Amino acid sequence: MATASTEIRVTQEIAAEHGLTAEEYARVKHILGREPNITELGIFSVMWSEHCSYKSSKVHLKRLPTRGKLVVQGPGENAGVVDIGDGLVAAFKIESHNHPSYVEPFQGATTGVGGILRDIFTMGARPVAVLDSLRFGPIVAGHGVSEAEAAKNRRILDGVIRGIANYGNCFGVPTVGGEVGFEPCYSQNPLVNALALGIAKKEDLFFAKARGTGNPVIYVGAKTGRDGIHGASLLASAEFTEESRQKRPNVQVGDPFMEKLLLEACLEAMQTGAVVAIQDMGAAGLTCSTTEMASRGGTGIEIDLARVPQRESGMTPYEIMLSESQERMLLVAEKGREREVLDVFTKWGLDAVVVGEVTDGGLLRVKDRGKLAAEIPAHPLAEEGPVYRRPIAQPPLRNETPADWFSFSDEGTNLTANFAKLLGSPAIASKRWITEQYDTSVRTNTLAGPGASDAAVIRIKDPETGIVKRALALSTDGNGRWCQLNPRVGAMHAAAEAARNVAASGARPMAATNCLNFGSPEKPEVMWQFSEVIDGLTVACNELGTPITGGNVSFYNETLGKSIYPTPVIGVLGILEDASRVLKIGFREEGDAIVLLDGATSVVGAQHAAPLQKANREFSSSEYSKTIAGIVAGEPPAIDLTAEKRLQECLVSLAANSAVRSAHDVSDGGIAVTLAESCFAALVGAQHAAHQLGANVKLEGTSAAEYALFGESGARAIVSVAATSLARLLETARQYRVAAHQIGQVIRGDAFRIEYKGSAVIDGPVAKLYDVWAHSLERTLKAH
Amino acid sequence: MKFGVVVFPGSNCDHDAFYAIGNILKKPVEFIWHQAQDLANCDAIILPGGFAYGDYLRTGAIARFSPVMKSVGKFAKSGGMVLGVCNGFQILLEAGLLPGAMMRNSGLRFICRHVYSRVEQTDTPFTNAATKGEILKMPIAHSDGNYTCDEATLADLEKNRQVIFRYTTPHGTDDAEGNPNGSTANIAGICNRERNVAGLMPHPERAVESALDSADGLVIFRSMVEALVGAAKATA
Repeated sequence: MATASTEIRVTQEIAAEHGLTAEEYARVKHILGREPNITELGIFSVMWSEHCSYKSSKVHLKRLPTRGKLVVQGPGENAGVVDIGDGLVAAFKIESHNHPSYVEPFQGATTGVGGILRDIFTMGARPVAVLDSLRFGPIVAGHGVSEAEAAKNRRILDGVIRGIANYGNCFGVPTVGGEVGFEPCYSQNPLVNALALGIAKKEDLFFAKARGTGNPVIYVGAKTGRDGIHGASLLASAEFTEESRQKRPNVQVGDPFMEKLLLEACLEAMQTGAVVAIQDMGAAGLTCSTTEMASRGGTGIEIDLARVPQRESGMTPYEIMLSESQERMLLVAEKGREREVLDVFTKWGLDAVVVGEVTDGGLLRVKDRGKLAAEIPAHPLAEEGPVYRRPIAQPPLRNETPADWFSFSDEGTNLTANFAKLLGSPAIASKRWITEQYDTSVRTNTLAGPGASDAAVIRIKDPETGIVKRALALSTDGNGRWCQLNPRVGAMHAAAEAARNVAASGARPMAATNCLNFGSPEKPEVMWQFSEVIDGLTVACNELGTPITGGNVSFYNETLGKSIYPTPVIGVLGILEDASRVLKIGFREEGDAIVLLDGATSVVGAQHAAPLQKANREFSSSEYSKTIAGIVAGEPPAIDLTAEKRLQECLVSLAANSAVRSAHDVSDGGIAVTLAESCFAALVGAQHAAHQLGANVKLEGTSAAEYALFGESGARAIVSVAATSLARLLETARQYRVAAHQIGQVIRGDAFRIEYKGSAVIDGPVAKLYDVWAHSLERTLKAH
Repeated sequence: MKFGVVVFPGSNCDHDAFYAIGNILKKPVEFIWHQAQDLANCDAIILPGGFAYGDYLRTGAIARFSPVMKSVGKFAKSGGMVLGVCNGFQILLEAGLLPGAMMRNSGLRFICRHVYSRVEQTDTPFTNAATKGEILKMPIAHSDGNYTCDEATLADLEKNRQVIFRYTTPHGTDDAEGNPNGSTANIAGICNRERNVAGLMPHPERAVESALDSADGLVIFRSMVEALVGAAKATA
């Protein structure tokens, strides 16, 4: 297919090979008023692929809240944009690169990062941070996972991590956060979602709307090659089969140095004032960039392929239009001022060529050495593609009985060994081995890098004066296991946790971006999951005040007919009015009170005094149940969004008043893991072992000890506070109607002790627990 | 007094060095483009971190041939103060302005984290404001920071007291535990025999404010300022 020439006569069969249905092909002919040639067919097939057209998701995405006081640009541009004060804006967006990362982990991940960075600087914003949300199959054998499979997953993880590191580190953007999760469903289909954040002056924002008949269209950046042809349509818009390895040529190859040149040159060219519009060439390359710029601007574009810089000889129009070679941009300059733009690119040693011009009449016209290679109305191509209201069917309810659920240990059991096992599990263990491979501190803005705070925190330097006032916080979250068990509630948790993490860093959540990873939309139960997730996100984002400003949908995440868990990954952006008031997770001083904040106003214990069966059922969805008992069942914890909101507002207020010394939300692994991580963070930061801090905690309640320690209900956080500030903390908590329970004290030394109902249930030296938590991942990955 | 920060197309710590000198130290500083022959009357030159020309061949291997490096070489030979950080250090090695070479980190991976380096010598323009034996906490961020040289060169470096920074543990022990990348003799930074050219792998420009977890790197820039003030007085 990749060598197709324009002489091939297009038939229904060839259209089908391009992934177009009979109806879609009929629509193509209707729009053109004739049969397409092979180049035109290729163009339609990529533009109307699931990846580019959102044909299965569009009708649902419309339900998401996208407006807000601070939203400058919602979905539909290269990235979402929000107002961050003082004439500055933040552009941010998350995107998937799942399929390429399975076929070729290193290149798949690099080009994923490269693509999202281009989306940001295309808007005129300089990228200042990247976060990666990653999901892999299990990297440790057991619970039905073979050693061969675990080894394969470790190789994929290694390639993805190296790829992300390679690109971001060279480009010069800090990779400051994200999360890594492990579930068997990602063995054949890992998820690589990359989020980038950039900052610009509001008046310097750029959009991808071609304007001005006769204005020159300029191609800049890397030369076009045969790589990545049909990356968007064949790779990203179809599930994997046994033959998928043969799709390796569909994966693009990244060049971070080229991207760095492109960044600097584009930002400099924009400053000349001669650039009218700009769009990066990502998925569907030259096709998508020309079509979308023309369509958005209500114009046409004519280009001559003979002028396109090419890496290989003998490329057909089909190949040039469909290539997904990386690090390329298309821009429209003001007629007569093209020299100013071209000079900037020459200075940076980049190819920059006028390849065409903006035209009247709304046609995308592609010429090849004077010969017409394609002629398609741009607007219908971009906007009148197929839209499907795909069948939706709720899968049969799981017929679970209490025998399927986790059964709690007897009262008084010492749970320290289980706790250590949990701390060492890949999901909970420290990700330092991974994050140390990322440059986390370049650009000298990182106030909280990976693991330091619940969210990554980046300060904002004024682009002109360098003066720092505010900071931005970002967190990505999404528990696929919970979404599998209950997509609507799971999605709410994803949004709530991301916002809670941002608030626990002291920042006020302001907007969100989402990456929706699902199986095949052609399966009614997958579309049911999708629809439920959209409804859950809609409710949660409305309640939490975080409109969704953009993102991406990734369907067909399945291999050999088996779908991944529905995995919405939500990135929430928040703002700290005072950059010096970042909250971190680590305990700081001996003698500080440890306080559990609970947005659900009832007292601890009473809230958990639910019937035993409900607790068992909910607990079966926890990280502890999965790790210790191998049980994944039941339901995610019930969610109370108003409680989440109260807790978040309370945390933001506490940070603004410097009322607490540390804050860490309760999530995977429950209160016990939260407390331990606050001790560990103190240890990581300490220069001397003498500064080691431990915790002495007493919990009361009526539920089983495991539920109290490892239960994962939301709307909770643990803060540490100086004795002198305790009264102020309690007053603030009261004001926000958040329950505050003093549960213990930070102590000097090596003891980590939790009592439940009067007996010690966890009692272990911090150093020993720390060793398991800090080094498990590295040991697992290095031992093989 | 004026600092110059060289900008190679793939430099990515240029803005950070500029910010540290201009905004934190509040001293005059300007960028110098890699194709410039003219060092704009700067009194001290910083070669910042990054990936000068992509470094796909070998770190710094192409940068040494750039127009600006001809001028930097002349400037150094005439006694001008040159500091190379990370990629800048690698370039100084390739350019022969400092002895030795860099290999891939012993762990074969990129490492970014705070490390501890001991100030070994204080009679250089880069360390004169520090105390001998002082432990500086600064981040490293590199794949190729495993310093190596032959035995004769190492003996020379030690004899002439050219090793100015050595990796240590937080407590100041220069053993394998304190060595993040396998560098020979835990070398984190060296100077030339004339002591006017120095390179180090840790990033002092990323450690100039307590908000960034450490302000220990400031002492290196302060030393340079003091040396320049001293030199100006001497010629006045």
